[in-house]
Amino acid sequence: MTTTTEAPAVASVPAARRLSYVKAFNEGLAQAMREDENVFVAGEDVAGYGGVFRMFDNLLDEFGPRRMIDTPISEAALVGLGVGAAARGLRPVVDLMFMDFIGVCLDQIVNQAAKMKYMFGGGLSVPLTITTASGAGLGAAAQHSQSLEAWLAHVPGLKVVMPSDAYTAKGLTVSAIRDNNPVVVMLNKVLLGSTSEVPEEIYGIPLGQAHTARHGSDVTVIALGRMVGEALAAAEELAAEGVEIEVIDPRTVQPLDTETMFASVRRTNRVLVVHEAVTFGGLGAEIAAQIQDVVFDYLDAPVLRIGAPFSPVPFSPVLEKAYVPDRARIAQGCRRLLERS
Amino acid sequence: MAQRASTASKKSPQVSPPVSPQVSPPVIKDLHERMVRIRLFETEAGKLMEAGKLPGFLHLYVGQEAVAAGVMTALRDDDQITSTHRGHGHAVAKGVGFRAMYSELYGRVTGACLGRGGSMHINDLTRGMLGANGIVGAGVPIAVGAAFAARYKGEDSVAVTFFGDGATNIGAWHEGANMAAILGLPVVFVCENNGYAEFTPQSAHMLITDVADRAAAYGMPSVIVDGMDAVAVHRAATEAVERARRGEGPMMIEAKTYRFFDHQGVKGLRHPYRSDEEVAEWKTRDPIDLIEARAVADGTATRAELDDVWQRTRDEIAEAIAYAESSPLPDPADLLLNVYSG
Repeated sequence: MTTTTEAPAVASVPAARRLSYVKAFNEGLAQAMREDENVFVAGEDVAGYGGVFRMFDNLLDEFGPRRMIDTPISEAALVGLGVGAAARGLRPVVDLMFMDFIGVCLDQIVNQAAKMKYMFGGGLSVPLTITTASGAGLGAAAQHSQSLEAWLAHVPGLKVVMPSDAYTAKGLTVSAIRDNNPVVVMLNKVLLGSTSEVPEEIYGIPLGQAHTARHGSDVTVIALGRMVGEALAAAEELAAEGVEIEVIDPRTVQPLDTETMFASVRRTNRVLVVHEAVTFGGLGAEIAAQIQDVVFDYLDAPVLRIGAPFSPVPFSPVLEKAYVPDRARIAQGCRRLLERS
Repeated sequence: MAQRASTASKKSPQVSPPVSPQVSPPVIKDLHERMVRIRLFETEAGKLMEAGKLPGFLHLYVGQEAVAAGVMTALRDDDQITSTHRGHGHAVAKGVGFRAMYSELYGRVTGACLGRGGSMHINDLTRGMLGANGIVGAGVPIAVGAAFAARYKGEDSVAVTFFGDGATNIGAWHEGANMAAILGLPVVFVCENNGYAEFTPQSAHMLITDVADRAAAYGMPSVIVDGMDAVAVHRAATEAVERARRGEGPMMIEAKTYRFFDHQGVKGLRHPYRSDEEVAEWKTRDPIDLIEARAVADGTATRAELDDVWQRTRDEIAEAIAYAESSPLPDPADLLLNVYSG
């Protein structure tokens, strides 16, 4: 991965430090809390227990119960608490544990947080960060495994980020907290233990800016979240066959940096979009449509989408493995695109 | 006020006449003026809607003025409120200007929401008005958040959330009540029980007579007041607000009140969900008539002084409507303004 090239240059660091995705998130959050007294965390089991995914480990020790708040299991009131506190000048980080739970608080996210600035005529902002864990792969079944970014990306006023590795987990979290809009940070459950090079100092990754994770000339693969790693693995496989794919990580899916994608399509003329979410009505459809709107003349083949089948996430590991796109399907998709003249 | 202390009989509309203890003459005058301002703002808005001049919906507050006035006279400017879809009364009583409000009803760029919000989203952060809200019950957790922010910042302001009887059937209300209670936050829960959730009578949507009973489930004290008696509301609100300001946590006030117009607009009764007799009976206890009778009887104000309040307000409203009508419409080129913050 080429992520380290974006890290601030630190001459005194002899060797790059690797950190896990969850620890990188935790470090970014802690640094953002040190940076701004107005940042606090509220959620179920975030303080005393440190979060079910250990996302909030040790934060209670440093920041105390004033800034680390265990709440009742009340997602609507939890997000509402964040909206009201944000409207009054704080920078709340509220944790929804599993993304699937947004169904019980969607009003506060969609009708309150997202629209407040607009419908109030701009008189206030809602600098709310919602953290949550998305994605399949842990055998957590249909109510604890979804990737619902398309629901949220459809709502004007929300920002949605999907960190694809430890480096982006930290940088996007810091930017989400610093941003003056409601931002949903979708952490991927399977990536929690994965490591990458992560600078020790605080840094933000600009929201709304895609990253070209690998350069290539034959096919553009636009991959969301965990699929970035799968696409890079597929790229190694294809490189052995003499095919060079370009991998674009949007990082922020709302707002979406389409310009980086268009520029890549102009070079490669073939596009595959891959996400873990259900294909139907997913972001792949939006990305494909925008590419066809703007750079249709550069395409040598129709835009191809790979996502999950139109089904809830299954439980049995053999079914779950078949459900989630992987490097083999991505490589196969690229080969199909190259077969078209 | 740790225990339930009812100044109203349990069953509306047979509420008792105002027997609330005395408050100072300036408070009576303040309550009266705020109620007159709401009444005239609302009745004129109703006329404009009837005349086809206003787009959208208009949920009138007339009849319930004693609640907004009673609570807002117990608050400071830096105290925050969240309101309902029937929010004009709260906005007017909290001090939001007529010009900004009428302009918003007309969809003008000079409106409180730059013409982006309309009747159901009027707000004014300089007055602690965190917005009317089109979603029933949604303002409750937001007020809890505002109270959280006050305590976090070490300020002693409080938050008041207004809601109707119907809102207490929605999850956000219960979650917000429990959250405020468990975190011990300075929130005052004000139920404006007008007996109807839109067109459905209370008896059809809950099996309890007093919404205040619901507070007990969250360890929250409550009080029931005559919602047509602004003085009674003011006194209950003052106690609840002072209690919250002292750090003693949330409290609920249930005000038994009534709306004189329909759920939406001035008329439009497709089916008679309430009788003419019931409406007429409540109108005999018009909250403004009650406070005027009281003010004159105890020498707080002369009839001429009260009439002067009406006239001054009428003049101010006429000017504000003219301002709204002559204000520019929003520019469609600015359609995406404020979708995101910078």
